Amino acid sequence: MITTKNILIVDDDIDLLEQTSLTMKAEGYRVATAQSQEQAEETLLEFIPDLAIIDLMMEHMDSGFALCHHIKKLYPEVPVIMLTAVAAATGIDFAARQDGSASWMKADVLLDKPARPEQLRGEVRRLMRI
Amino acid sequence: MQTYKILIVDDEAGMRSGAERSLEGFEVPLEDFSDSVIFSVRTAATGLEAVEAIAADKPDMVLLDYKLPDITGLEVLERTGEAAKDIIVVMITAFASLEVAVNATKRGAFDFLAKPFTPEELRSTIQKAARHIYLQRKARRLEEEKRQVRFEFVSVLAHELKSPLAAVEGYMHLIKERLKGQELSSYDSMVDRSLIRMGGMRKLVMDMLDLTRLESGRKKREIAPLDLVKQARNAADAVTEQAKAAGVTIELTLPEELRANADAGEMDIIMCNLLTNAVKYNKPGGKATLTLKASDGWIDITCSDTGIGMTKDETARLFREFVRIKNEHTRNIPGSGLGLSIINKVAQLYGGDISVDSECGKGTSFRVRLRSAAPVPQPVVSLNPAVHGISQ
Repeated sequence: MITTKNILIVDDDIDLLEQTSLTMKAEGYRVATAQSQEQAEETLLEFIPDLAIIDLMMEHMDSGFALCHHIKKLYPEVPVIMLTAVAAATGIDFAARQDGSASWMKADVLLDKPARPEQLRGEVRRLMRI
Repeated sequence: MQTYKILIVDDEAGMRSGAERSLEGFEVPLEDFSDSVIFSVRTAATGLEAVEAIAADKPDMVLLDYKLPDITGLEVLERTGEAAKDIIVVMITAFASLEVAVNATKRGAFDFLAKPFTPEELRSTIQKAARHIYLQRKARRLEEEKRQVRFEFVSVLAHELKSPLAAVEGYMHLIKERLKGQELSSYDSMVDRSLIRMGGMRKLVMDMLDLTRLESGRKKREIAPLDLVKQARNAADAVTEQAKAAGVTIELTLPEELRANADAGEMDIIMCNLLTNAVKYNKPGGKATLTLKASDGWIDITCSDTGIGMTKDETARLFREFVRIKNEHTRNIPGSGLGLSIINKVAQLYGGDISVDSECGKGTSFRVRLRSAAPVPQPVVSLNPAVHGISQ
């Protein structure tokens, strides 16, 4: 599949970042990666994403929220996939896949970590309407 | 100071006011807790009045007459039901018969007062009951705190194990679907990263075992005269490979000789952990210096690096379990977050402690002080050669 779509991937776990990046590159997307909210915001100065996949908990518990908010402010139309392991880390049940909480977080899709590659590919295709 | 609420239920007005007066200004000291208990007293003349009073404002203690004009003291307890469950009840009765005693205890009465009683008898019974309530509540609170601490420890531990597990799982999925084609060598980096993450998990599990063993006091210790200079050299050797890979030079500042009564494994834990940290949180071309010094019955093991350093906020949080300082520089440095907790626990076994001095961007210096491992001037020569296993 040849596409000129850009994907921004943000995760503070170097390996999960690598895996998501490999999966998306194999699909033919152009990928930019960042390991923190701060790095991602820098990247966004020169990289305009068509979609973003971001980890919820990075340097702070809510880095993902803040970054998602930032992206939606810059590019309201860019879909955001949020990866969360929040339920496991804090014992809080976010009911994360309910549409209600996704819109409250401003993310388009919430996926439990670790997300399987086919799951991620499917969501990306669906959101990009490919 | 605590105030416990007492409800006195008796149909005799003189008895009510007498008891009230006896408890006025009465204070039960709790020396062991540097605390004390005083009482606020209410009264009720009938059983139904008592039921109402208990429902309106639950007392900590009830002095309950068995023979009341309307319903019996036992019925008061029954009618109050669930609410009365943790109220301490002292039954008062003129018919101090065995039957009443047995019945009331079955319903949870804490103690008895046989009428007529002196103010001293009343106070001594109240004192016993107050101490009982105090200890019970204290125990309950401690139990809750313990549960909370355990919950937090287990949640953080689970999270720390889940991250590497997710990383390895992710690589397995990609390998399984042959993301990089059929060539096996294309997957080398995925396998290498998986092994590194599994190594991290193993380290965490081992550190946790060390820590729990130290905490429970079940760790076997072999305190013997020990050559600390040699120990330091061994520790440096053990970290050499890692240091080379990181481009860090290890330096040792050791005295000619330093012997101490200590456990070799424990000294190893301290020195290796300190040196590993000094290498991990360093910069390429940096230095890690391990210094041993003895003075005034203390042994100082100091480890300084020329690394990334920490801010004041970061050093303040540093010694808590599982705390790993996460920032731009440390993000990809593996660690269990238990190393310093372990060093601290070991240092405590020697009546010592660990302290830190750090400057952001310049470097960090950890100092472990050990007391009971007082320096031994000379190697102890055993008079009995068999102890050293020469026959073998």
